[in-house]
Amino acid sequence: MTQIEEVNYEQYKHLVSERAFTGETMLLNMGPQHPSTHGVLRLLLELDGEVIVNAVPDIGYLHTGIEKNMEAKTYLKAEVMSDRLDYMNNLGNNLAYCMAVEKLVDLDVPPRAQALRVILVELQRIASHLVWIGTFGLDLAAMSMFLYAFREREQILDIFEMCSGQRMMTTFIRPGGLWRDVPVEFETAVRNFLKIFPKRVDEYETLLTKNPLFLDRLLGIGKLDAATALQHGVTGPMLRASGVKWDLRKARPYMGYEQYDFDIPVRTEGDTYARYLVRVQEFRESMKIIEQALNKLPMGPVRSDNRKFVPPPRSEIGISMESLIHHFKLWTEGFSAPKGSVYSAVESPRGELGVYLEGDGGPKPHRVHWRTPSFDNLSVVPKLVKGHLVADLVAILASTDIVLGDIDR
Amino acid sequence: MNQKLEPIVKALQEQFGATYEEFRGEVHLFVTTEQIIEALTLLRDKYEFELLSTMTASDYYPQMTPRFHVIYQMSSLAKNITLQLRVPVNGDQPKVPTATRVYETANWREREIFDMFGIEFEGHPDPRRILMPEGTEGHPLRKDFPLGYEEPQFTFNFEEIDLRKPYAKE
Repeated sequence: MTQIEEVNYEQYKHLVSERAFTGETMLLNMGPQHPSTHGVLRLLLELDGEVIVNAVPDIGYLHTGIEKNMEAKTYLKAEVMSDRLDYMNNLGNNLAYCMAVEKLVDLDVPPRAQALRVILVELQRIASHLVWIGTFGLDLAAMSMFLYAFREREQILDIFEMCSGQRMMTTFIRPGGLWRDVPVEFETAVRNFLKIFPKRVDEYETLLTKNPLFLDRLLGIGKLDAATALQHGVTGPMLRASGVKWDLRKARPYMGYEQYDFDIPVRTEGDTYARYLVRVQEFRESMKIIEQALNKLPMGPVRSDNRKFVPPPRSEIGISMESLIHHFKLWTEGFSAPKGSVYSAVESPRGELGVYLEGDGGPKPHRVHWRTPSFDNLSVVPKLVKGHLVADLVAILASTDIVLGDIDR
Repeated sequence: MNQKLEPIVKALQEQFGATYEEFRGEVHLFVTTEQIIEALTLLRDKYEFELLSTMTASDYYPQMTPRFHVIYQMSSLAKNITLQLRVPVNGDQPKVPTATRVYETANWREREIFDMFGIEFEGHPDPRRILMPEGTEGHPLRKDFPLGYEEPQFTFNFEEIDLRKPYAKE
């Protein structure tokens, strides 16, 4: 039976203005079940009429204790939990985790695996931005956008399914490379997508970019300046829309990003519309990266042959005793990582996705911490919404592109 | 060590008597709880560390005293370098001064550390739990907190365990 408790105002006393207690302003609960909070986010709003005086986000409804659970699993087995964090960026989470493990145990990744990782995470970035543009449109009453975006996303998920057998929780990127090589149809499927998608982005832009109804809802709403953004740890497209040219793919290239030619879209306005423009431009930049990576995709193995950390291919187990032993050891006891800690960060569709991984000499991590971009990006929202209407809150929240699985972990 | 990082580490060593260790090219600098706010302010204002990438903690119970390390992962966008500050904190009533006034992102991160490790941040503007529900007992990421497996029920002890099971009853 659900317990219904009286809301205790005392605990919010320092977060809302005094007017809330005299009845001059109204306290309104938005969420945790609300179509435009993009998951289970609860916002306590203090309203003066329809103007927001204060907003207090309440998170944790999706907290699953992933960091604690990872400590109880071996390095290889803990990886499956990384998919479940940010469910719009599964392969990106895999990559962040694998890079941390590779750094901790000093493991090499073959060039073909690196290039394939880049293709896959860039496809994932497009898929994530497609969900964002769909729900962004939905929140602003552009219903058809959602259907178009999900049509294209389906194509990307089909490619993932072709590679790994799974549409979302793939765990395809593994420490030391990939689970297996991509199938022969992979290249054709990606090229097909690259052929269709540029026209589709143009289509989205004709629908939205100069649409007066759309512009009315976005221009000048939720302005964020660069200094505030950095103070709050905001990264990713939100930071770039505020005029800071910072992208980890360029600043600290990993997985061979330095060999691809692409731009970082930057806007200086810092409002909701600027964030929209940055992400739409990122569609095109991601396509550029995928095309280049596909054109010079090297042949060769897709995982490191360091058998102390990477399980041998299935085909070898039947003919080689050593492989069988390695397979058995790695999937039962796991490998031991040295004592020490590393922090490795990648650019996820939402910003800096970092993994703090600490080994204690044994086969299980001592501590895994996920620096998830949505967490910090949400923390600035109360500042952005002050003085705006409730309807603008929906637009601002949608433009931050938060994923609650990413925030609550 | 990165050439741009070297003078910064040297300066901090001189000013705070900090020790450092290097692992896989990352520099971890150890400072005390009294020095941390000064060190963060210095890094932000003088050495252009604009971004506190993340803040977390690690529990070394029972192997090590002091029990906790509070970890500050800093980034400089202008110089493109990173630096990690670590603050050892005693396990008995752990307290660290809040960094909210230096980096606002520390506000939520400190709430998270308080929630997960029970480390208090003195002067924090909003010292509530952030992820766990209100009224939770204990701090989940401490090493002495159980993972929380379900007690298996058998026919002989079904009723007995059912009584203390935490799910909703009629």
